[in-house]
Amino acid sequence: MNLKRVLDLYDQILKQGHRNEIARELRDEDDLFLILCYSDMLGIPNPAFYYTLELYPHMLERFHEWHLRMGMDKSPINGFRCC
Amino acid sequence: MNAIMIALIGILVFYLGYRYYSKFVAEKIYRLDPDYETPAHKYKDGVDFVPTNKWVLWGHHFSSVAGASPILGPAIAIYWGWLPALVWVVLGTVFAAGVHDFGALVLSVRNKGQSVGTLANRIIGQRAKILFLFIILILVLMVNAVFAWVIANLFITFPSSVLSVFIQIPLAIWIGHLVYKRSGNMLFPSIAALATMYVTAVIASRVPALQIDLPRYFGGAENTVMFGLDGISMSFFVWIIVLMVYVYFSSSLPVWKLLQPRDYINSHQLVLGILILYLGLFFSNPSITAPMTNSEASTPWFPLLFITIACGAISGFHGLIASGTSSKQLNKETDARVVGYLGAVGEGLLALISIIAVATLFTNQGAFLEAYNSFGAAGEIGLGSFIEGAGQLATGLLIPADIASTIIAVIIVSFAATSLDSAVRLMRYIISELGNEYKVKSLTKTHVATSIAVVSSAALVLIPEGPQGFGSGGYLLWPLFGTANQLLAGITLLLITLWLKRLGRNYFVTLVPMVFVLVMTLYAMLRQVVFEWSGYGGGELNVLLFLLGSIILAFAFWILLEAANALRKDNTNFPTDKDQSM
Repeated sequence: MNLKRVLDLYDQILKQGHRNEIARELRDEDDLFLILCYSDMLGIPNPAFYYTLELYPHMLERFHEWHLRMGMDKSPINGFRCC
Repeated sequence: MNAIMIALIGILVFYLGYRYYSKFVAEKIYRLDPDYETPAHKYKDGVDFVPTNKWVLWGHHFSSVAGASPILGPAIAIYWGWLPALVWVVLGTVFAAGVHDFGALVLSVRNKGQSVGTLANRIIGQRAKILFLFIILILVLMVNAVFAWVIANLFITFPSSVLSVFIQIPLAIWIGHLVYKRSGNMLFPSIAALATMYVTAVIASRVPALQIDLPRYFGGAENTVMFGLDGISMSFFVWIIVLMVYVYFSSSLPVWKLLQPRDYINSHQLVLGILILYLGLFFSNPSITAPMTNSEASTPWFPLLFITIACGAISGFHGLIASGTSSKQLNKETDARVVGYLGAVGEGLLALISIIAVATLFTNQGAFLEAYNSFGAAGEIGLGSFIEGAGQLATGLLIPADIASTIIAVIIVSFAATSLDSAVRLMRYIISELGNEYKVKSLTKTHVATSIAVVSSAALVLIPEGPQGFGSGGYLLWPLFGTANQLLAGITLLLITLWLKRLGRNYFVTLVPMVFVLVMTLYAMLRQVVFEWSGYGGGELNVLLFLLGSIILAFAFWILLEAANALRKDNTNFPTDKDQSM
């Protein structure tokens, strides 16, 4: 095993302890971002709706993961079907 | 007796235990299946359930369970001589801790990655959940009191370590900012931070002006400062307040800001500390000066030894970590042997070097017996003796003794601070959970729960009066900490035994350590609560220890009854090999 791989393994071991906490914090931030983007569809007026609309094609996969994680088998938003 | 020989015997037994006994347990008892789909694959979500390399997971598991406890327990227990401590650490690791940690991991993997708390709820019933919650609450409360006392004590004994420890805070915040806001690498900045801390420690151990020596500022032990407190007591008070304020902020901040980078730096210290001590031992080749068995001990070793050395031989906290996080990240079921069993062996190695460091510290047996003249004295000087002994071992690597002692003190304080921080955070979660359970909404708020955790911990460490006077709550609570920890281990072993029984396998590998741990814990507690703390039988009444001890004793009896009841009847809540969930 070369030095770089040893250092990588060592780095991974030390990061592992908080990996899921960081991932959870990032996921919470993502959730907040999603609600901001989809707020208009949920009935909360959003002045930036016109601009966030452009992001939708890029967010399709994340949106799908999100509603599955929230325990909904199908997309909860009418007019925004991902599955 | 030669210290290297003792270390080699210990390491050899650990090796044989891992090589043969864990293989036997893995193949014949737990029957690990490399093709079984682990929860990490089945419920993969990128957050909790993530398949992870077994060595990464082993490293994470080991660094999560290793702290100041496997060092402190053996350093106190050597009061009865090095042989009883060594035998319990070595055999306890191989036959109790190994199967316990390993078993908790496998049991959780076979039950959707659920923690032992959830499993106890399912198998023993709702009572077990309340029992679990209370034991963990008492345990973390005592962790806070014990480790706050340990840190304050070390700051007073080793004032040259204070500056290094405080320098770590801004350095960790800087690294946290660097990594998460600018996506930098953490390895090299954290090594630089560690080097800065050690350089500071070296300079501070040689320059008295850089030593934050509170007793000196307060005019020493003879000088009454205020409220009738002398210089030492006042220093304790100030350090405890400073620590509690620090821990309030560190446990309520987002983890990436301080906790993670600080843990990352501390993990280097764990690796470095173990390397320095074992290499120092092999280069300096010291002799053991502590007695093999202490015939002058006024407090009997049986059964107190088994609760004095908790972590390092068997620890319930390991089961919480194994089933709480490690089981959700296990790539293959067969990896459980490396992660669980070898993780326990790592902790055993730490306890082994702690025994050797204290056993080689004194110039002769007379000096040892003079220092360790009572069990109370052992509790008081245990950790300090380890640091000095470890400093002496480090001289084998040509590090001057005073600098080595300061660096070891920095390492121990860092471990204790991490335990303190995590325990306060855990206590906050438990208080919030109790708030949810009993519909007290205010308890679920972060700052309310943190305040309760911090204030109760500070009160516990400051209230008791022992032979050392003000601020001695921490070491008085040590036997209680050991008991609560062993009880938790007993419950986990009970769950594994029930599971094995249900599957129709040989469950003696877990039943025997379970009976041993529970009987020793009950016996030791009964002895202390009735004959030492109740005021009956010549001892002085100690209300705090009597109350806390009685609560834990009641829990212990309760668990024993539940265990007997659950073992007697066939438990249908466990899935069998034929079930799909297995």
